[in-house]
Order: sequence, then C-alpha cells, then structure tokens
Amino acid sequence: MNGFFRYFLKRLALGVLTVFVLATATFTALHLIPGDPLLSEKEQTPELRASLMKQYHLDQPPLVQYGYFLKDLSRGEFGISFTQPNRKVNDIIRDHFPVSATLGLLAISLAATGGILLGSFSALRRGQALDRATLFWVILGVSVPNFVIAACLQLAISEFNQKTGTEWLPVGGWGSFHHRILPAIVLALGTQAFLTRLMRSSLLEVVHQDYVRTARAKGLSPLRIFFVHQLKNAVLPVLTYLGPSIASVTTGGFVVESVFAIPGLGRYFVQAIQQLDYTVILGLTVFYGSFLVLMVLAVDLLYGLVDPRISLEGRTR
Amino acid sequence: MMNLRGTGSTFLFIGMTLGFLSEGFLSAAEKAPSSGPAILRMVVASEPPQLNSLLATDQTSNFVLGHIGEGLTRIGARGQIEPGVAESWKSTPLRFTFRLRENARWNDGKRVTAPDFVHAWRAVVDPATQSTTAFLMAPLKNAEAISKKLLPPDSLGVRALDERTLEVELERPCAYFLGLTAASTYFPIREDALKKWGTRYGSDAELLITNGPFTLTTWVHGASLALKKNPQYWNASQVRLDGIETAAITTDLGAKFNFFKAGKTDLIEQLGRENLPLALREGFRMRAFNDGGIYFLQFNFREGRVTRNFHLRKAISLALDLEAYVQRVNGIPGTPVAHGLVPSWVPGASGQFREEFPRPAPRQDLSEAKRHLELARAELGGSIPTLHWLTTDSALAVREAEHVQTVLDRALGLKIRIDSQIFKQRLAKSKAGQFDLVSATWGPDYLDPLTFVELLKSDHGANRGKYSSPAVDEALREAQSETQAPRRMAALARAEKLGLDDVAFIPTIEKNIIWVTRPELKGVIRHQLSPDPDFSRARFEP
Repeated sequence: MNGFFRYFLKRLALGVLTVFVLATATFTALHLIPGDPLLSEKEQTPELRASLMKQYHLDQPPLVQYGYFLKDLSRGEFGISFTQPNRKVNDIIRDHFPVSATLGLLAISLAATGGILLGSFSALRRGQALDRATLFWVILGVSVPNFVIAACLQLAISEFNQKTGTEWLPVGGWGSFHHRILPAIVLALGTQAFLTRLMRSSLLEVVHQDYVRTARAKGLSPLRIFFVHQLKNAVLPVLTYLGPSIASVTTGGFVVESVFAIPGLGRYFVQAIQQLDYTVILGLTVFYGSFLVLMVLAVDLLYGLVDPRISLEGRTR
Repeated sequence: MMNLRGTGSTFLFIGMTLGFLSEGFLSAAEKAPSSGPAILRMVVASEPPQLNSLLATDQTSNFVLGHIGEGLTRIGARGQIEPGVAESWKSTPLRFTFRLRENARWNDGKRVTAPDFVHAWRAVVDPATQSTTAFLMAPLKNAEAISKKLLPPDSLGVRALDERTLEVELERPCAYFLGLTAASTYFPIREDALKKWGTRYGSDAELLITNGPFTLTTWVHGASLALKKNPQYWNASQVRLDGIETAAITTDLGAKFNFFKAGKTDLIEQLGRENLPLALREGFRMRAFNDGGIYFLQFNFREGRVTRNFHLRKAISLALDLEAYVQRVNGIPGTPVAHGLVPSWVPGASGQFREEFPRPAPRQDLSEAKRHLELARAELGGSIPTLHWLTTDSALAVREAEHVQTVLDRALGLKIRIDSQIFKQRLAKSKAGQFDLVSATWGPDYLDPLTFVELLKSDHGANRGKYSSPAVDEALREAQSETQAPRRMAALARAEKLGLDDVAFIPTIEKNIIWVTRPELKGVIRHQLSPDPDFSRARFEP
C-alpha cells in the first residue's frame, strides 16, 4: 500500500506540473494574439480605456500580469470575466459545469454500455448480419460530425412533435430529465461507435486465448465464460479510452449545447475565445486541464482493480 | 442506406408509441396557452452580461432593458418619438425642459422623480463608472470635460428643478437629442438601489429596481429569463401581454427554427438563410425588416498603402456587381443594394434622408473599371501587389471575401489575399491599419443620418482606414452647428457625396432580415434602434 501511495503522489505531482505548463502556455499564447479583451467596435475615449486597462492590470508588463495570474491561481481564483464584468470565472464554472457534467455522465454511460454491448455482440457473431450492421453503425457514428446529427435529430423531433402533438422529447432547452435524452444521445454517438470497434477487436483477441478454451473444456456455462473470462480481460482498452473521453464529453459539447440551447460550460468557452476574454479562457483551460489529468489518473488507478497483473507500484512482476 | 432507413423507422415507431402513452397527459397541457395568461415565448441569442442601464452595450441587454425600463421618451411603431416618463417638454436649441408624469412609478411603487434621472446621467458620464456608452451623453453640457476628468460629474448639464421637472442644458445644438432620451443609457436609476447593491446591481433578477412595462422576475444564468407585466407601469392598460419568456438562449439559427416549428416559441426574430426554403414549405408567416445596419468596404489610406490611389479604389468599386453580390453572398431576398452610406430608412428633414438626397444605384462598368485600373497601374509604377483583405470568420464574411476575390480576379486580374480573423483580432488588426481593404458593418447609435456620415470624419474611431478630407470635415462641422433641419441635412449629404466621390468607402448592402411570427401574434414592433423586437404593444388575437 505504501508503494501505491507513493505512485499516487508522484502522479499527482506530475499532474500539477502538467496543468502549470498548460496554464503558462495558454497565458503566453493569449498575450501573443493581436488585440485585447477591452477592444470594442464603438470608440472608447483614451481616459476610459486607460481606466479599464488599469482595473484588469492590463497596463502592466506581461510578466507582472503573469505574476497576478499565478497568485490568483494558487488561491483557486480565476478572476473576473471581461464580458460579464460582475461575474467571477469561478461563478461561471460553478453554475454551468454541473449542467455539462450531468449531460456528459449520461452520455458517457450510454456510450460505454452501448459500446461494450454492441462490440461484444458483434465479436461473438463475427461475420454475421448483426456484425455487419454494427460496422455500418460504427462508421456512421465515427464519420458524421455531431453537429450534423444534432441538427437532423432536432429537426426530426420537431417534425414528430408537431405531427403528434406530444412533447415527450423536447426540441431543446434544459430542465427535466427529458431534456437530457436527445443531447446525450448525440454526444454519446461518436464515443459509442469508437468504443464498439475497440471492444469488438479486443474481444476477438481474447476469444481464442488458451484460458477461454480451458474454461470451455471445464464445462462452464457460456454466460459465465463471457462475463468472467472474456469481458473482464477484453474491457481494458475500453477503460483506457474512457478516461480522456469522460473529460471531453463532460466538458465540451459546444455544438450540442448550442443546438439544444443547454446552459453548459462549452458555450462560455467558445464565446470567451471569440471575445478574447482572458480570464475566462485561462480559467476554463486550467479547469478542463485539471479535470482531464484527474480522469486519466483515475483510470490508471482503476486498472489495478480490474487487472491484478498490472502493478501500480512499479515492482518487478 | 436500407439499414439507415430501417433504424429511422424503428426510432420513429418507438417515439410514436411513447407519444401515444403520454397523449392523455399532454393534451391537457396543450390547451393551456389559449385560455391561460398571454405569455410570449422566444429564444434570445445571448445572455445579457448585466442589466445595469449605465453599462449595457449589447443587443440582448438593451432588448431586456427596453422592456423593463423606460426613459423620458420612447420610440413608437413608425419610429416617431413618443412621451415616456415625460408627459411633455419644451425646448430651445440649447435647453430642454421635461415635465414628468405624476403616475410614473418604479416597480416597488415609489414615484419616478427628476433626481432619479439626474443621478443616472451623472453616473454614466462619471469616469469611475467606466461606461462604454458614455459617448451617447456627449451632447449634454460638460459631458466631454467630465469624461476627461476636467470637471466633476455634478457639473453635467442636467438639473432637477423640482420632483417633476427636469432641465437639460446642451453643449451645442443637437438635432437628435430628444431621440437619445429613449435609449437605455438615458434611463433613470434609483440611487438607493445602486448604493445598496454596488457593482452587483443588475446582475440578478432580485438586484434591480425598474420602471418599464415589464418586470424581470426570473433570471437563470445561461438558461432563461422571465418578464412579467408590471402593474405599477403608468401605461399598464396598454400592455396586453402578461409576460415574456425566453425559452432558451442560443445563437444557433437552426435551433431557433426548430424551437418555433415545435411550437416552443412565438417568433423567430431572424431567420437563417439556410432555413428560408424550409420556412416557405411550412407556410410560416414571414416578413422582411430593414435592420438598420449597413455593410461596406473600407480602404486603407495610411502612408505606403496602394489603396491610397484613387484610380485603384475607383476600379474596384466599378468592378463590383452588387445585385449579384446580394444573390451570391447575402442570399436574403429583398435585400437592398446600398445607394450611399446612409441607409434608406433614416429620417431626413421631413421625409426620408435618402429620398431628399437621392443617389444613383451603383452600377458595374467593366470598361470604365479597366480604364481606371490602367491609370492606377501607371501611377503606381506598373504593377499592383496582392491586396490584403481583412474580415471576420463568419460564414457570410468568408463568402463575401471569396466572391469579391473571384470577381476582381476575373474582371481586372487583381489578386486578393483573404485574412479572416475572429472578431477581436479583426478589430485589433483593423485599428492598427493592417489591411488594404476591410469589410465592416455599422449600426445606428441614434436616429440621425450623422450616425452614418460621421464615419467619414478624419478622427472617427470606426474610420479604420484613416480617410481624411478637410472638405468632408468642414461639411460635418457645419452640420453639427446648424440648427435648421434642411440646411443641416444638405450639409450631411454634401459630406457623404464628397467621401463617396473619393471612394473612401464602398457601401454594399443594407441589412435586411426575414422574421417569422405566429399568425395570432400581433403588434410586434421592429426598431432599427434598441429595443428590438419591441413587445410593449404586442398581443395575441385568435
């Protein structure tokens, strides 16, 4: 356990370093881009501009601004948004991340269960009609961008609701569980398709292993063989991919959020980039970065649980 | 393909089954709107950054503020100035005296008084407030000196003679001042509320006291806003809606269309060009609206730029076929080609400015364009380098750039390099003069041709190419000091003609939008100035 703890601490320190490098790189990139967040189409008097620059420390050299940024960062503060001057970046994250996260979790569970189930079935029925149908579905899911799917699905649902006079699946907005179904399906589709392929190929490798033959020879039931001997071994690559995809799905469905009018975090990120809102861009980048690092770490820790052969402590096997 | 259709129909089947299951429950809910309160539902494009009238600049904030607040005047259905909080006024060129209504109230029941205006206006020009709309106060006496910190805010030319009399003193005669008092920047504000909530004033529904036809009751950040009819409003009997709700916030035009189609909203204030055929097929009630803005190209007049050459600019302007431009680039039927810098809707001395001072429609003339190009070549020493076209990254902007690129290459052999940037970067580069041609738009700040013509002024902020003509500046100065409307308008027309004869700008089109309402929704007013759309007189009629 001591070794595990040391490993954990080492990974955590590396994670902090990663986020620090990310923050510094983003800060540098932002200040290299022409323009600044205070620019506006309507003319500002020099006095007004100077006073705004001072308020946001933009009148200081970049290194001093960097100092302010790090000081805030060390306290977990990301500063005040330029475009919403009476909201802190922390408020934006607190208000909107839960929305993206609930949607993302639903999407990822759909993607994971769908991917594992479909992948398993198509591997077990290799070469048959179901396998080919799955392949088609996978190609569709991987190659059609989610904004196309989102727009088509929304149009279909509005048509359907109009024809039937029902509203079980709303066209958009946020509120009840029903509002989450369509966007979650759209968000899940790409990941699900990819996981299906991953699961299928990984299961195909496992199916012909010696221990599976042994299990069959012992007379175990097919179900038991599948769940205990095949699935558990085949699911590892899926798990690896799940970490980063949880992060990407929970944090970034800007297009999906925009089409379904969901008050998630993705929209603020994209708007911030268009408006060059320094504090929001930096805050959200650091937040997303930390989240991604944590998810990857969590998956690595999970490995040890799923597969005892993987040693986290770095000892020789 | 078979497979796909199969999946689709299965999905539809599942959906229909679910639909039938919940039919009984929903049909009751469906009937509610017709018998219940008259609530108008819409989608807004963005979340208001804040609803503090001293600071608001963006369209959504001004839309909401225009419904929950009211200034001395308001803009009526045909653009006329109507009494608002002020029931009457008297004026001389340099002095306005407003008489406030006895029954104008804040939504907490207190009277709207003259000191509420004095306080708000002083706060707007006070540099400590950092209001980016303070320039709208420029006509008031001492406003500019206060914003430069040369005078204290209480020296502003506005005084409360008593609770119901407001006296305004102007720096110089200003023909459009009365219209300005309808803008949200000129709204009154409650000093006690501003003191109590400080910088948080206007950041949430509870942190606001307002005096308009509606009151903001709910504001869920990023998700929705709800406005309810304000019973304290002096003209409440004329307000026929019980409330306004934003079903969602999104910029996605396709989503707006689908929300309307699904019956979740009562209007689409702007239809995307991609949705036009669909809307036609659905038989939606569509109308066109001249949004007030104008699109134009600006040339760079800075030292060393080839676009300083008159013949080159003239050649480019003659090579463009703006009718084709409307079809290929803009794609909104009925979009007018711009005849000048002042769009057709702007009022002049008695009628429309454009009718009083007509300009010929721009015509493509390739042989004339080639002649000017030869002259330009000769003057520039033989060859013309690739021109740098700066624009934004929107689909429309890119389409425009590519269209002009093709046209100029084919007609004149001129090469263009397209530099498409996100909004702020385009702004930074255009301010720094890093372009030969920049594509831009301009919307009115107030109801007067000056808001467009002054773009030609050598020190105007949006004159990105630093065009400078003493004759234009002189004509503009004359227009600003002239009190007689016809002479003033003539001076403005002269400035516009001088600038366009110089080909300082190439105005391309006036912004035209298509909007859709439910047939039973009546009385929606569209304004070129905020608030747009205006629902203060809207109603549902079966």
